[in-house]
Amino acid sequence: MVKDVLLVALVLACAGFATALSRRHRESSGPGSDAGATVRRRILFPFVGDALSEPVLAATLRLARLEHATLVPAYLAHVPMAMPLDAPIPRQCERAMPLLEAVEQRAARAGVPVDSRIERGRTYRHALRELLEHEHFDRVVVAADTEGGEGFGAADVAWLLEHAEGELLVLRPAHDQQVVVASAA
Amino acid sequence: MRGRHKVFLGMAAGVGKTFRMLQEGHAEKAAGRDVVIGYLEPHDRPETAAQATGLEVVPRRATHHRGVRLEELDLGAVIARDPDLVLIDELAHTNAPGLEHGKRYEDVEDVLEGGIDVFSTVNVQHLESLNDTVADLTGVRVRETLPDAVLGRADEVVVVDLTPEALIARLRAGKVYAPERVPAALNGFFKAEQLAALREVALRQVAEEIEAKRLVREDGDVRRREDRLISTAAPQAVGERLLALVTPQPSSQRIVRRAWRSAQRLGAELDLLWVGESGTEPSEEERAQLDALRRLASVLGVHLLVEHGERVPDVVRRVVEERGSTYVLLGRPHRRRGLGRLREPLLLELVDTLPGVDVRVISDRSHRQEERA
Repeated sequence: MVKDVLLVALVLACAGFATALSRRHRESSGPGSDAGATVRRRILFPFVGDALSEPVLAATLRLARLEHATLVPAYLAHVPMAMPLDAPIPRQCERAMPLLEAVEQRAARAGVPVDSRIERGRTYRHALRELLEHEHFDRVVVAADTEGGEGFGAADVAWLLEHAEGELLVLRPAHDQQVVVASAA
Repeated sequence: MRGRHKVFLGMAAGVGKTFRMLQEGHAEKAAGRDVVIGYLEPHDRPETAAQATGLEVVPRRATHHRGVRLEELDLGAVIARDPDLVLIDELAHTNAPGLEHGKRYEDVEDVLEGGIDVFSTVNVQHLESLNDTVADLTGVRVRETLPDAVLGRADEVVVVDLTPEALIARLRAGKVYAPERVPAALNGFFKAEQLAALREVALRQVAEEIEAKRLVREDGDVRRREDRLISTAAPQAVGERLLALVTPQPSSQRIVRRAWRSAQRLGAELDLLWVGESGTEPSEEERAQLDALRRLASVLGVHLLVEHGERVPDVVRRVVEERGSTYVLLGRPHRRRGLGRLREPLLLELVDTLPGVDVRVISDRSHRQEERA
């Protein structure tokens, strides 16, 4: 009799423990959950325009992989003065999304977690400032503005050196390596 | 008592609005009602003229303007005749100067106030709110316009639909205009792509009218349209509305983007929903992710809803009912562990909980074989 009671108590205790465990995985965090993620370094990767340099992205992903970091690709959009700053910008979002998808696909192949952003401002610099204010990051990687490419110029890099906390890495791809990243989505 | 107004709406001349109106007029007459033609514009179309045979015609009123003899609807004669139903073509028509009203739809208002039912016709390009849109689509600005409220007040709107190809075939066969006008029409207004766009405009317009009427309930037995009340309990049905389930996780950024692109393609509104656990505050990391989702929602022009509840499906069902969502989108659910395996998967719970709502799982394309551009 005592054995039976102990057995029942043991079963109930196990069930309670299992229920508590399963509650941690309840459905409210179910769809798309990234459970189990630990605190990682974050590499901010702001970019502008309609294309990305393949070598710069590849180098950034290698770095993120080596550092076990999360890549935060951030498309910088500018809001025309005629529009309120908080106005939706669907056309620029349409341009940003294939690029973000392309980055995410390459990151998945490289085994790098991604946390994408679209940041807006009156100018690219303003968007960049907003991004730096909102985001937690350990390192910023930017592509240098090369001839015919889309990237950040010397003035932007100087501004970043002054305003961005954390490390700054400027990558300048060779001209013959300029490959446009296009979406496969 | 005010008469009932039924409008036959088409995308362009020649789709058969007048013919359909006459057909229904004959049907009403056959059912024993007193039906007359108040004004018919046969446009020299033999089929239309033949269809009018057998219906009494109220003689038109002749008037002269700048030496030109014009014939218009004789409003006084129609009201004096006092039929059960009168057929009046071309609702947007501008009357000749000197008559009771400047526009024919104003004549129709008087007829309706006289307790006489009216069947009438109009093309979608005559609606005031669509004037610019149609001008952009076709390059032709229509001068004779009709306030949208006239269509909104109509008791019934019937779309007389024809595919652009069928309409062009009718045009080529000389059933719309005289043969000498056909080449100019084909090169002008009657291009297939323009007609397709106009057709879409006409169908959307009526869909919106129907939805607006469905969401309006009249206050008791009083039929005062200005006293209409919007019924918040009325379910949405016509317009698509998407609801994407998100969590404060980086993967939700991708779900939101994909949901937004689907919404753009459908021309639909998008809501985002995070269901937090009752009595639990989000962690610092979750708050940061929620802020990121809020910023993305703002950039995209969508709505982020944060709700709390014990069971996600129950909260989703409530929000679906409140927002009139027709699609629910979610990321690929994770496998449950422990005793959670005994419960029905969230996806199946949602399908069971939301009858009539499409549930779509958004795949993670980052794991798909990449194609080289």
